[in-house]
Amino acid sequence: MSSNIPITFELNGEDVTLEVSPTERLLDLLRYRLDLTGTKEGCGEGECGACTVYLDGLPVNSCLVPAYQIRGSRVDTIESVDSEDVDPLLRSGATQCGACTPGVVMTALWIREHPGLLQTHTIRELMAGNLCRCTGYDGIVEGVEEMLLRRDRAS
Amino acid sequence: MKRREGLAKLMGRERYVDDLQVDGCLWGMTVRSPAPRGRITEIRFGRGVDWSEFVLVDHDDIPGPNEIFLIEHDQPALAPGYVRHVHEPVLLLAHPERAMVRRAVREVEVIVAPEPPVLDYRVTPGADQIQFGTDNVLKHLTIEKGDVERALAAAPHVVEGIYETGAQEHVYLENQGMLAYLEDDVLTVSGSMQCPYYVLQALTHVLNRVASQVRVIQTPTGGGFGGKEEYPSNVAIHAALLALKAQRPVKLIYDRSEDLAATTKRHPSWVWHRTGLDRDGRLLAQDIQVLIDGGAYVTLSPVVLSRAIIHAAGPYSCDNVRIDGKAMLTNAVPFGAFRGFGAPQTQFAGERHMDVIAETLDVDPVELRRINLIRDGQATSTGQVIHDGTDREGVMQQALDMAQYDEKRREHLHFNATHPSLRRGIGLATFYHGAGFTGSGEVVLESVLHVAGRPDGRVEVLSSNIEMGQGTLTVFTQLAADRLGYDPADVVIAEADTSRVPNSGPTVASRTSMIVGRLVERACDDLKTRLGLAAEARGAAIKNAIIAWYRDHRNEELLGRAQYHQPEGISWDERTYRGDAYGTFAWATHVAEVEVDLRTYSSRVLDFVAVQEVGKVLNETLARGQVQGGVVQGIGWALMEDCRFRDGAMENNQLTNYLIPTSDDVPPIRVAFLENPYPHGAHGAKGLGELPVDGPAPAVVNAIAAATGTDPRGIPVTPERLMKLMEKKEPRDG
Repeated sequence: MSSNIPITFELNGEDVTLEVSPTERLLDLLRYRLDLTGTKEGCGEGECGACTVYLDGLPVNSCLVPAYQIRGSRVDTIESVDSEDVDPLLRSGATQCGACTPGVVMTALWIREHPGLLQTHTIRELMAGNLCRCTGYDGIVEGVEEMLLRRDRAS
Repeated sequence: MKRREGLAKLMGRERYVDDLQVDGCLWGMTVRSPAPRGRITEIRFGRGVDWSEFVLVDHDDIPGPNEIFLIEHDQPALAPGYVRHVHEPVLLLAHPERAMVRRAVREVEVIVAPEPPVLDYRVTPGADQIQFGTDNVLKHLTIEKGDVERALAAAPHVVEGIYETGAQEHVYLENQGMLAYLEDDVLTVSGSMQCPYYVLQALTHVLNRVASQVRVIQTPTGGGFGGKEEYPSNVAIHAALLALKAQRPVKLIYDRSEDLAATTKRHPSWVWHRTGLDRDGRLLAQDIQVLIDGGAYVTLSPVVLSRAIIHAAGPYSCDNVRIDGKAMLTNAVPFGAFRGFGAPQTQFAGERHMDVIAETLDVDPVELRRINLIRDGQATSTGQVIHDGTDREGVMQQALDMAQYDEKRREHLHFNATHPSLRRGIGLATFYHGAGFTGSGEVVLESVLHVAGRPDGRVEVLSSNIEMGQGTLTVFTQLAADRLGYDPADVVIAEADTSRVPNSGPTVASRTSMIVGRLVERACDDLKTRLGLAAEARGAAIKNAIIAWYRDHRNEELLGRAQYHQPEGISWDERTYRGDAYGTFAWATHVAEVEVDLRTYSSRVLDFVAVQEVGKVLNETLARGQVQGGVVQGIGWALMEDCRFRDGAMENNQLTNYLIPTSDDVPPIRVAFLENPYPHGAHGAKGLGELPVDGPAPAVVNAIAAATGTDPRGIPVTPERLMKLMEKKEPRDG
């Protein structure tokens, strides 16, 4: 298959230059060519959120982003996350099988960084784009609550 | 203890099968049947593809018997010229580029000369539809206790009802997937699975290889729920056939639409109850018929049916019980193991029927359950005498108290009389779940587990029971550390690799903590014995003894061993279905408060309480998470998870149109545990994994009935179904 579109973008703080094919998804590029397998494929149609990454600071489903569209953009994946930041989720039982988990972590951290959203939305509404089949969501919601508390205490 | 592999999962560092990068790997895919039944007359290969680039496998490439080894051997690994269901595997393709193999699959056309399929398991098949035995009955099982006909004839009240449940898709977030490769003459298959030894047995059978030439490794498994009990054998066989033909590694990873369309689901069920009662509502006779849709092959339907009928009479005492169960062949994609394994279906029927009885007799649904709950010294439908000392009424009462059941009922009367468009109701379900294999199943399994000493003094647990999110790694670590007085960091859990670990049985049936966990404890004890240590020896004393042992025994391995022994006093007769169906039962009550919107007919769970007696909680966070996750699966099954079938195959095979609950669809699930240690379970634990799926559907539907005055008899109660019930003024389903 021809990989003929040259792109440069910032990935987890480093510049990356490569060629992508017109049909390649950002998810494929990350997983199969850059070996960043922390980002998972759950459904391939933007329903489950397992492939959530940040594109220019906004959470997106990387299965719905054509790779060529990230030219000049900034992409941050689960591999950029600091282990201390996920400790509340570990304690609250936010992960079981782990397949949805990296996407859940990306959304959870994004909520933590945008607490103003909680004036108009609940955590449950904000997390609704990340399907989890194991936890029933309580462990996730409680983990996000604890993340927000820790953030408040730190500031 | 925190989840052992939790940090790796949260950081995205856990490597699932599709995360493994393998040099020179081909991508495999499956060409499937377009028709539900018939002879394959031709396979056409499109001209737009250079087929010389592809590895092709069909049934002629199978070295051994073309059978998937399970209870019966009726299911072929690849269709031998005849198909029995849509999506049945016909051909396998592999190519170095994934996009190419995806394109090529669409370029293969399988032509089938159609024969009349069976598409409704409830309808007696015609002569030209018979495909199994003389009547398409895959399995027929009965339970008999007392004299049902006489008791019914004498009963002051007889209440009948028919209840139905739909299929349910597992939606484990990681799809099915396998990687197969050759290392010298050993074929290795690694991937997502619950039962490495099932896969090993299936591979050796179909490939005609000795076990030493096949190695199966479980990779971190992104959810299973039963969906990775028997089905992974199919994927493993296909990946192996391609790898053997290509002489190169092959990855066979389903995408979501293929996984939803082609893999197993929860068996649809039809359950008929005819119940005799006295004037107070005491059960005098339970006459129950159970039908489940097995799909096109036997797979696990006989054992699903077994668990279904054993749980069908509910946690109640009744002297006269007759249960007749049949698993029916249809030309649908085979149904399979799903968390609960038949028990959620029959307990939906039983617990919905209890509310129908309460309504008919004008007795309180709580009181009806209270007077009938089984008490110590009384026997279940199979004659198993319960004498575990559990306060079953206390379980129910605590759930009612936590849910503020009485207050809510009063509030709802006022709310429903005054609110223009919303209706609220509260409902309960009281139920039980037998853990471990049914009957003599655990005896037949003869599970073996090892705890090895390592030269540095640490220990390693060797078992074939796997982690799929439910907490095996953490619980086994805790149990071994506790038994030996070790720091958990000094307990290693071996990878489930059949070339190293003994067969401790499949990771199913809520058996891992209770039964296999007990083997962990006993193997730790055996390790101490082999070291010549007293039973009280702990920590450093054991560690030093292990280090010393290796100084004296070079090139040997120190192994503590344990094998399952049936506890004293358990007896089961497979022929008559009489006796102790399970070593023990866990007991629970769920209470759901539901709000129905009369403008949209959507039902929303406002509050949910789950109280259960599980012997002993081994890890509070994990146990609570198991219950909450199971409850939400049950709520999904009750309200929204709607498999739509065409020609026996799911047609809404996308997460866009097969809906599972999101965080915003469910309330916090409030959980409480009661503990009454089970002497034969690890640390007193009973099985917990499946119990929470049994209760939510009847509790939620009973609440909808209370809120709306309708009488739903089937699930899912989608808005469309509820609209029909409410607008047609036909309050009863069906």
